[in-house]
Amino acid sequence: MPGKLKVKIVAGRHLPVMDRASDLTDAFVEVKFGNTTFKTDVYLKSLNPQWNSEWFKFEVDDEDLQDEPLQITVLDHDTYSANDAIGKVYIDIDPLLYSEAATVISGWFPIYDTIHGIRGEINVIVKVDLFNDLNRFRQSSCGVKFFCTTSIPKCYRAVIIHGFVEELVVNEDPEYQWIDRIRTPRASNEARQRLISLMSGELQRKIGLKVLEMRGNAVVGYLQCFDLEGESGLVVRAIGTACTLDKLSSPAAFLPACNSPSKEMKEIPFNEDPNPNTHSSGPSTPLKNQTYSFSPSKSYSRQSSSSDTDLSLTPKTAPSPQGPRIYLCPSSPPLSCGSLHLKKSCLLLSDSSLAPHHCSLGSPVLRKSVSFSEELFLAASGMGSGSAGKEGGPFKALLRQQTQSALEQREFPFFTLTVFPPGFLVHVGGVVSARSVKLLDRIHNPDEPETRDAWWAEIRQEIKSHAKALGCHAVVGYSESTSICEEVCILSASGTAAVLNPRFLQDGTVEGCLEQRLEENLPVGCGFCHIPYDELNMPFPAHLTYCYNCRKQKVPDVLFTTIDLPTDAMVIGKGCLIQARLCRLKKKAQAEANATAISNLLPFMEYEVHTQLMNKLKLKGMNALFGLRIQITVGENMLMGLASATGVYLAALPAPGGIQIAGKTPNDGSYEQHISHMQKKINDTIAKNRELYEINPPEISEEVIGSPIPEPRQRSRLLRSQSESSDEVTELDLSHGKKDAFVLEIDDTDALEDVHSLLTDVPPPPGFYSCNTEIMPGINNWTSEIQMFTSVRVIRLSSLNLTNQALNKNFNDLCENLLKSLYFKLRSMIPCCLCHVNFTVSLPEDELIQVTVTAVAITFDKNQALQTTKAHIEKSLQRASADTEELLQFPLELCSDSLPSHPFPPAKAVTVEKANPMGEGNFRNRSAPPCASSTVGVVKMTPLSFIPGAKITKYLGIINMFFIRETTSLREEGGVSGFLHAFIAEVFAMVRAHVAALGGNAVVSYIMKQCVFMENPNKNQAQCLINVSGDAVVFVRESDLEVASVQQPTANCQPLCAGGEVTT
Amino acid sequence: MATLVLSDAVALRVRSGILEQTGATAAVLQSDTMDHYRTFHMLERLLHAPPKLLHQLIFQIPPSRQALLIERYYAFDEAFVREVLGKKLSKGTKKDLDDISTKTGITLKSCRRQFDNFKRVFKVVEEMRGSLVDNIQQHFLLSDRLSRDYAAIVFFANNRFETGKKKLQYLSFGDFAFCAELMIQNWTLGAVGEAPTDPDSQVDDMDVDLDKEFLQDLKELKVLVADKDLLDLHKSLVCTTLRGKLSIFSEMEANFKNLSRGLVNVAAKLTHSKDVRDLFVDLVEKFVEPCRSDHWPLNDVRLFLNQYSASVHSLDGFRHQALWDRYMGTLRGCLLRLYHD
Repeated sequence: MPGKLKVKIVAGRHLPVMDRASDLTDAFVEVKFGNTTFKTDVYLKSLNPQWNSEWFKFEVDDEDLQDEPLQITVLDHDTYSANDAIGKVYIDIDPLLYSEAATVISGWFPIYDTIHGIRGEINVIVKVDLFNDLNRFRQSSCGVKFFCTTSIPKCYRAVIIHGFVEELVVNEDPEYQWIDRIRTPRASNEARQRLISLMSGELQRKIGLKVLEMRGNAVVGYLQCFDLEGESGLVVRAIGTACTLDKLSSPAAFLPACNSPSKEMKEIPFNEDPNPNTHSSGPSTPLKNQTYSFSPSKSYSRQSSSSDTDLSLTPKTAPSPQGPRIYLCPSSPPLSCGSLHLKKSCLLLSDSSLAPHHCSLGSPVLRKSVSFSEELFLAASGMGSGSAGKEGGPFKALLRQQTQSALEQREFPFFTLTVFPPGFLVHVGGVVSARSVKLLDRIHNPDEPETRDAWWAEIRQEIKSHAKALGCHAVVGYSESTSICEEVCILSASGTAAVLNPRFLQDGTVEGCLEQRLEENLPVGCGFCHIPYDELNMPFPAHLTYCYNCRKQKVPDVLFTTIDLPTDAMVIGKGCLIQARLCRLKKKAQAEANATAISNLLPFMEYEVHTQLMNKLKLKGMNALFGLRIQITVGENMLMGLASATGVYLAALPAPGGIQIAGKTPNDGSYEQHISHMQKKINDTIAKNRELYEINPPEISEEVIGSPIPEPRQRSRLLRSQSESSDEVTELDLSHGKKDAFVLEIDDTDALEDVHSLLTDVPPPPGFYSCNTEIMPGINNWTSEIQMFTSVRVIRLSSLNLTNQALNKNFNDLCENLLKSLYFKLRSMIPCCLCHVNFTVSLPEDELIQVTVTAVAITFDKNQALQTTKAHIEKSLQRASADTEELLQFPLELCSDSLPSHPFPPAKAVTVEKANPMGEGNFRNRSAPPCASSTVGVVKMTPLSFIPGAKITKYLGIINMFFIRETTSLREEGGVSGFLHAFIAEVFAMVRAHVAALGGNAVVSYIMKQCVFMENPNKNQAQCLINVSGDAVVFVRESDLEVASVQQPTANCQPLCAGGEVTT
Repeated sequence: MATLVLSDAVALRVRSGILEQTGATAAVLQSDTMDHYRTFHMLERLLHAPPKLLHQLIFQIPPSRQALLIERYYAFDEAFVREVLGKKLSKGTKKDLDDISTKTGITLKSCRRQFDNFKRVFKVVEEMRGSLVDNIQQHFLLSDRLSRDYAAIVFFANNRFETGKKKLQYLSFGDFAFCAELMIQNWTLGAVGEAPTDPDSQVDDMDVDLDKEFLQDLKELKVLVADKDLLDLHKSLVCTTLRGKLSIFSEMEANFKNLSRGLVNVAAKLTHSKDVRDLFVDLVEKFVEPCRSDHWPLNDVRLFLNQYSASVHSLDGFRHQALWDRYMGTLRGCLLRLYHD
C-alpha cells in the first residue's frame, strides 16, 4: 500500500438545468478510483453548488496509481427515479508521481458528457502521498518521467541516451462487445474512454519498468497510439527513447547548451564561424575535454564523459563500468567486413519489392504479409561514403571498435528523437522505411499480444537491416503508424539511418563539446551530410560529389531525412513545406484479396510519392528534405498517400539540376511547342522559387569541386520510362549549368498530370512561409506571438465515375484549399511562418476523405526580414486594416439569431460534382496577448517543443487524453462542421484546464494523434474520437526573466543576454 | 436562414475588398465566414450572461477582447432604440419588429438581437434593489456609457413613457437618456434612500419605479397656479428679475401664466399612470412648443427656468419648497435638454 490518494470536491459552476420545473439542479459528485467510490452530499437547487467536501482518501498500490485514472462523476439527485448523470471528469494522476513535477492538481475542470459535450465546471483538489518502495520486483515504475517532446527537454541534461523502448497492450473494444447492444451510447462511450485511459496508464507503467531496467529515468519522444481494430480489438502501443536525464540546477545557465530556439536562431547567421562549438560549452568547456588524451576503445568514451562538475573518469550514473554500456545501441558500421553481401541482398529485396520477404512466423493471424523496402528512398536520399579513407579512416575505425560490442546487445538501435544534442549525429544515411500489410483477427488472449508484437518486431528488423545497408548503425527520427480499414491493416515504420557518436549513448555528457579530434574529422555544418557507406559499394546508385563545404568527403546529391534540421547545418536561403499527394483507386475486396490488392498497389504509390517529392524539391531549387513523413492511408476503395517534408538548400550538397521535359513524339510540331511551353514555365518557376526562398548559393567553379560523377544510366532510374531514357539523356538541355538535369518525360496522361500538379502548387501568399519542422530554416528573428490551430476538413466524393486523376485533383485541391484558408485566417500575423504543419489523412468511410491539420503560426520580426521599406509600409497598413477586421470579423447584426435553422450544408443538392464540401470544421485557438490577465489562467498550446521568447522552467508531466463525442442530432448541432468545431474547442478547453490544474501555463509538443470521425447522415448521427497529447510545462517570458535577473545579478546574466537579443 | 445571412456576410466582406487585399478565393472567404459563424454561435449563449464569458473555459479570449465582444453584442442602433423606447418589451412588440426593420432599414436579425438584449437586461434588473446602472454593469459587464443607456431603456420600458408621437420625433435617444438619468436620480424610490444602511428596510429601494408618494405629493403644487395671487406674485417676481435680461421678455411676460400652468399641471397629473406615460408629450406641448414658436433662445429659456424655479422660494404662502425643488430641479434639466429643434 505505498500510496494515498486524496481528493476534495470544492464546488461546481454553470451546471446545466436538470430539473425543468425549478430550472435548477440538485447536484452531487461520485469520486471513484479503482473499485472504491465516495460520494458528496447533494447540494440542493443550485447551478453553482458549493460542496466543499471532506478529503476522500484512497489507499492504493502505486501500480494502480499509475494505471487508473481518477474518475469524477457529477450527477443530479432524483428522489423518485434514477439519478441523471451530468457528466464526468477523468484526471490522470501520473504527474503527481514524479518528485519534480506537480505536487497538487487543483482547479476547474470542464464536466464532460459524451453526448452533450461540456456541461459546466467542477473545482477539484487532488494530492498524492507516496511512500518509498524499495521492492526490487515491483510492478510499478513511479518516478519515470515521460516527455512527448522529441528532443532533450529544455531544463534537463541527458547523461545517457539509452535507446528504444516499446510496448503494446491489447484489449477488447467495448464498442464491439455483446453488451453494447443493450447499453446506451453514453455507457458505451464511457466504457471506451475509461478503458483507453486505463490501458494508456498500464502501457506507460510497463514502459517505465523497461526504462528502469535500463537504468534510465525518463522517456523522451514518447509516442502513444491507438489502433481501433474494430471487431478484433483495441491496441494501445507506444514507442520512445529511454534516457537518463539530469535536472539542471540553474536552468538559465543552460540556455546556450540546450536547444533553445533562440539559440538556434542565433547560430544560423553565424554558421560561417569556423569554430561554432564554443557556444555549446555550457558549463563544460572544450578545454576540459582536451585535457584527456585520446585513447581508443571504451575507455575513450568514458573519459570524455566530463560533466560540468565532475571531471573524474568514473561515469556518474553507472555503478559498474560495464553497466551502462549495455544500454548502448549503436552498431558499428560493418562496412569493412561482409557488408557488400548485405547490401546486395538488400538491393535484391528492394527490386523485387512485391515479394514477401518475411515469413509469416507461423502465426495463424498472419495470413499474408507483404513488405517491401524503399529502394527509391535510398536511391534518392543518396549518401556517399565518408569512410573511403583519407582523414576519416582512423577515427572511423575507432568508432567501429567502440560500438562493436554494444551492437549485439541492442535489439533495435532506434531513437524517436528528431533533435539531438550537438555532436550526437555524425552522419546521416537517408530515410529508411518499411510497410507491411496485415489481416486483422480477433486477439484471443489480450494478456499476450504476441501477434501484434511479432508484426512490429518484423518491421523493426527490416528497418534495422535497411539502416545497415546504408552503412548506418542506428535509426533516428523513428516513428511508427498504422492505417486500418475493415480487417486490413498497414503497419508503417520510418526513420533516418544514421551514424551516431557513441559517446552520447554511453556515459558521456550530452552537452559536452565535441572532442577536438572529432572536430577535425567532422567539419561542423556539413559532417552529417557526408555519406556513411562505402563509395565503392553503394547500396544503391547515387550521385556523389565532394562536399561543397569542406571539399574533403563525399556527399549525395539529394538528402532525405525524417529528423529536424540539425542546428549547426548550413542552409542557404529559407525552407518551405513540400507535399506529395496521391490517390489510387482500388477495387473493393474482402480479406486476403484486399490485402493482396493493397500490397500490390503500395510500391507504385511509394514510387509516385517519391517522384512527386523529388520533382517538387527540384522545382523549389532545393536539395534536401527534413522532417519527411509519408502517410499511406487505406480506405474501402482507395489508397491515399500524403508526404510532407521541409525542403531546404544545404550548402554542403551540390546545387540541384533543373527539370527537363521530354516529349515522346518529337516530330509533332504542336506537341513540341506545347512541351517547350511547359519547359519554359517550369524554368520560370524554378527561377521564381529561388528568388522567393532566397537561394543564392555562392558560385563555385567546377574544377574546385570536381565534376560530378556522370552516371546517366543510374539517373535514368528516376525517369518514367527506362527503356527510352538513355536516348533522351543525350538530348539534355544543359541550361541549368549542371549535367544532372532531371528528366521528366511526358509520354502518358500520368506524366502530364504530374507536370500539372507541379505547376498548380501555389506558393503561399507574400509574408507567409511554411514548414513541417520545428522552426523554419533561414528565419531567425521570431517574435513571441504564436498561435496554434487545428483544422479538420471532410469532403464527400461521389462514387460515380471516379478516376485516379479526378481523385488526385480532388485531394490536391482539398489540401491546397486547406492551406489557403489557413493563410487567410492568419493574415493579420504577417509576416509569419506556419511551423510544424502536420497533415493527417483518413478515409473514415467509403466516400469520405478527412484531412486534419495542426500547425502553429509564429510571427517574426519583419524589420529584419529582408524586405524593402516600401513593402513594410504597405504591410503595416494592410495589417492595420486586417486588425480592425479581426476585431469584428462580421457585423454582429447579421447573426444574432441563435440557432441557424437551415437543415444542412447544401452538399447533397450538388452531388453532381465530383467532390463537394460536405462540411468543414475549423477551429482557431486565439492565443492571448502576453499582457492578458484573465480570470481564467491563460494556457498556451503549441506543437513545438519550445515557446518563442520564453523559457520553459519546469515540466509538469505528460498530457494524454482521449475523448469520444457522439450526437444523435447532427443537423441541429450545425452539421458535421458545427459538431466537429464544438468538439475540438471542447477538447482544447479540457486540455488547458488540466494543464492549468497542474499549475502549468502551456502545453508543448502538443499533437492530435487521432481524430476519427464517423457519421450517419440518414440517422442524423455522428461520432468522433480524439486523442491528444503533449507536455504540460511552466514557462517564463524572457523579458520577465531579465527583470528577475536584475534583481539577482549573481544568478545568470550572461545566458540571458544571449536569449534577449533574439527577442528584441 | 443561416445560409442567407451567411451569403450577406460574405458579400459584405467581398465588398470590403478583402479578396483583392489577400488574394484569397471566394470559397476560402465563404468557409472562413462560416467558421466565424460557428464560433459566434458557440459564443452567443455565453454573451447572454456575460459573467459566464469571463469564467468559461472553452475560449481563451483576452480580457480586452472579451470586453469588446460584450460591448459590440450589446450595442444598439439609435434608429432602433427610438422605435421601441418606452414600449412594453413583450411579445407584442416583438411582432412589430418586422415593421421596425422595414422602417429603419436595420436587418430583422439585428432588430431581434437588440430587442432581445433590451428584454434580457430588463428581466434581470427589473426586480433588483440598488442602483440600476450598477446592477446592469455588474450583471452584463457593460461599459459605463452603455450601462447608463441600458438603464434609460429599462427605466423607459418600465414606466412606458410615450416617445413615439410625431411631436417627439425630433428628440434623440440621447435626449431621453439624459432625462431618464435625471429622473432616476431624483424621482425614484432609490433616490430618496440615499444611504441605505439596513438592507431589509430598503425593500423599495428601486431605481426603476417612480416614487409614488412623491407623485401623489405633486398635487400640492397646484396651488401655484390655482391661487391667482400666488400666480401673480410668482410672475412679478420672475419678471422683475429678468427684465432687460431676456431678448424675448415681452413674449415671456405674455406667456408666463400659460407656461406656469402647463408645468404645474404636468406635475399634478402625474398621479395617473396614463399621464405619466404622456409626460414627454405634455412637456413638449405645454412648454417646448410655445417657447419655440416665440423663438426663445436657449439661454433665455435657461434664465427663465432658473428664475422660475428659484422665485418660488420667495413665495411666502407656499409651503412645499422641497417638493418643488425635487420636481423642478429635474424638470428644468429635462426641459433644457428637450429644448432644441
